[in-house]
Amino acid sequence: MRFVLALCLSLLPSLALAVQPGEILADPKMEARARDISAELRCLVCQNQSIDDSDAALARDLRLLVRERLKAGDSDMQVRDYLVARYGDFILLKPPFKMETLLLWLMPFAVLLAGAAALIAFTRRRPVEPVAAQSLSDTEKNRLQALLSADGDKR
Amino acid sequence: MIVEIGHYALVLALALAIVQGLAPLIGAIRRDAPLMAMAQPAAVMQFLLIGLSFAALTHSYVTSDFSVVNVFENSHSLKPMIYKISGVWGNHEGSMLLWVLILALFGATVAVFSRGMPDDLRALVLAVQSWISAAFLLFVLLTSNPFARLNPAPLEGRDLNPLLQDPGLAIHPPLLYIGYVGFSITFSFAAAALISGRIDAAWARYIRPWTLGAWVFLTLGIAMGSYWAYYTLGWGGFWFWDPVENASLMPWLAGTALLHSAAVMEKRDALKIWTIFLAILAFSLSLLGTFLVRSGVLTSVHSFASDPQRGVFILAILVFFIGGSLALFAFRASALKPGGIFAPVSREGALVLNNLLLTTSCATVFIGTLYPLALEAVTDEKISVGAPFFNLTFGPLFIPIILAMPIGQMLAWKRGDLLGAAQRLVLACVLGVAGMVVLYALRGGSVVPAILAGLAVYLTIGSFTEIYGRVRGAKDASSLVARALGLPRSAWGTAIAHAGVGLTLFGLAATGWGVERIVSAKINEPIAVGPYEVVVTDIAPRDGSNYKDLVAHTQIREGGRVVAEMDPSRRSFTTRTMVRTEAGIVTLGLGQVYMNIADVRIDGAIDLRLYWKPYVALIWLGALVMSLGGLLSMADRRLRIGIAKRAATRVQTAAAE
Repeated sequence: MRFVLALCLSLLPSLALAVQPGEILADPKMEARARDISAELRCLVCQNQSIDDSDAALARDLRLLVRERLKAGDSDMQVRDYLVARYGDFILLKPPFKMETLLLWLMPFAVLLAGAAALIAFTRRRPVEPVAAQSLSDTEKNRLQALLSADGDKR
Repeated sequence: MIVEIGHYALVLALALAIVQGLAPLIGAIRRDAPLMAMAQPAAVMQFLLIGLSFAALTHSYVTSDFSVVNVFENSHSLKPMIYKISGVWGNHEGSMLLWVLILALFGATVAVFSRGMPDDLRALVLAVQSWISAAFLLFVLLTSNPFARLNPAPLEGRDLNPLLQDPGLAIHPPLLYIGYVGFSITFSFAAAALISGRIDAAWARYIRPWTLGAWVFLTLGIAMGSYWAYYTLGWGGFWFWDPVENASLMPWLAGTALLHSAAVMEKRDALKIWTIFLAILAFSLSLLGTFLVRSGVLTSVHSFASDPQRGVFILAILVFFIGGSLALFAFRASALKPGGIFAPVSREGALVLNNLLLTTSCATVFIGTLYPLALEAVTDEKISVGAPFFNLTFGPLFIPIILAMPIGQMLAWKRGDLLGAAQRLVLACVLGVAGMVVLYALRGGSVVPAILAGLAVYLTIGSFTEIYGRVRGAKDASSLVARALGLPRSAWGTAIAHAGVGLTLFGLAATGWGVERIVSAKINEPIAVGPYEVVVTDIAPRDGSNYKDLVAHTQIREGGRVVAEMDPSRRSFTTRTMVRTEAGIVTLGLGQVYMNIADVRIDGAIDLRLYWKPYVALIWLGALVMSLGGLLSMADRRLRIGIAKRAATRVQTAAAE
């Protein structure tokens, strides 16, 4: 009975899921390296998901590829370079630091510095202490008195 | 017939929106009271018309009227009722209709709840609001008509995308849109202030409930979306820094900054120009989000260029409103007089720092989201900007915000005492460091989660230090309670909202202590995960209305005792022949056991992904607490309209002196 059930299930359209038991390498250290590398590689057909998280079939192929390269003795760097050579910088979730991405990496800090500089300039420009108020003239005093009492009546 | 009535109501709403955009504006300029007075009934009527239109579309979904293209493409007669209703906005056309409905709802709310407001300000606000309304109604009618018919009508619909057939769809988009679109009101207020050239502390009071309301809903909407991703995507990720998420995070960051700068403006009459700018910015970012999500530009810059109709239309709306308001800003901002002055170390100073850091982090998300698009458009080179980039840039910017949050609360207005504030926070600091050390000793692993968790403890305790300082002199328990209840609700709101950030941070930190098991298990074979053992006891099929489930009945045991049960499943949808996994999630304490079935093999072995995620619920509970803080602050007595009016007259007399 269970066999029939399992057979029916295997006929369902299959859904590849993020890392599956069958993919895991026997060597836990190498597997950990594979996971770390995968977490920084983009599943090319997804929206900002890493191949480690993605359910897409392509992500599965890439995960297997990463593990194959590791088993073949590649270093982490070599695996990454291999994939960049095949798919371009697009596959790296952390964009490399180079001419095209200079602005991207520096802009957040530039914005912060510019903002801070603007603030400092702004506070320097005007006095922190209010200028001592000149004493009121007699007409002003009268007017103030009138306003205050009028305000008091309203309440 | 009902469908045509809905379509016609939308056309009428557009006509009315144009009138409402012009008449009160002219009225306000010419000081013509009857023209200004047109704004209120027009705004209410506009809402009723769009509401009628929305009801008509909902009706055709509920009755499965497949002669409507939109219903045919996104619905199915066997779909459960909740998805027939929420399916109305589970597609482009319907979601834009929801967008304009909420826009009109906000206009109508202003019209109804603005008794104490000056007539010309109200007229201008409603006129500007109606301009936005007219632009988007035009967009819906010309490019995204949900009422288009199909002849002959098909017998059955194509069903809704299975990923969207989830209660999340019923809640997430409306919450998010109320937040997004809510910032349209603050935008309209800012534009009105620039047009009239008048802005004072009373203005800041008028916008505060709207900003808070929008912020509360946006917070809830983002949190709900994140939880939805968490339980749907099958491995427990809750934030991917993908452009759609960033599109909602940017207005949230700008809105948070606005909330704080408006507080300075209300209390101290300072930062006026900056507050106006933020009000414009928050809604501009909402518009940008709408453009990113709705134009198709995200899938590819080139696909956008090949079918540009919708994208170009929204881009035009974007350019008109952002460009127009910024031009108005550049033109008029210098006319606004700067207000109160303050020392760098003061409550105002702390809020300025908050604004600097929040706007910088907002700019970081902006750059990270748009840079790949810009680069591809210019050089044809494709790059990805993902989580590692944001963790390296956004993360460091947020840590000083967290450190400064309790300190800012302790500083006095105008001129504060940094040393005194630090002294009063000693307890929070000590507990934070102790938490860091203890958690590191207990949990081991990397030191990062322990540091973040320690920061979270400091922030959560520190948030209430100010309140504690205000009640601590009480003689006995009853006077303590009386004092605590007597504090302004906004003080409680601040403390609770800040503590919510601390809770969320703790939940985020704790993801570093999670346990993951990716294994293949037989039935009744126990798998250890964290402090628990998980056992699949049975696998059985189960029929749903438009899908079939394969359920793995699972027990969670602790020390041999069953503490909980769950039913993760694989769900296959018949119409679209698509399989989706339904995660089994059980909350134990604040942590969750999370399980997903990847495959059931011929030999009966089950491939599964199993997680123990300690404290993970805090991520979203924290967001709920933040929203609660926002709601409390909204309920503050000062914000009631009548009181705001009295304050306004007081400010005016003060100005006259």
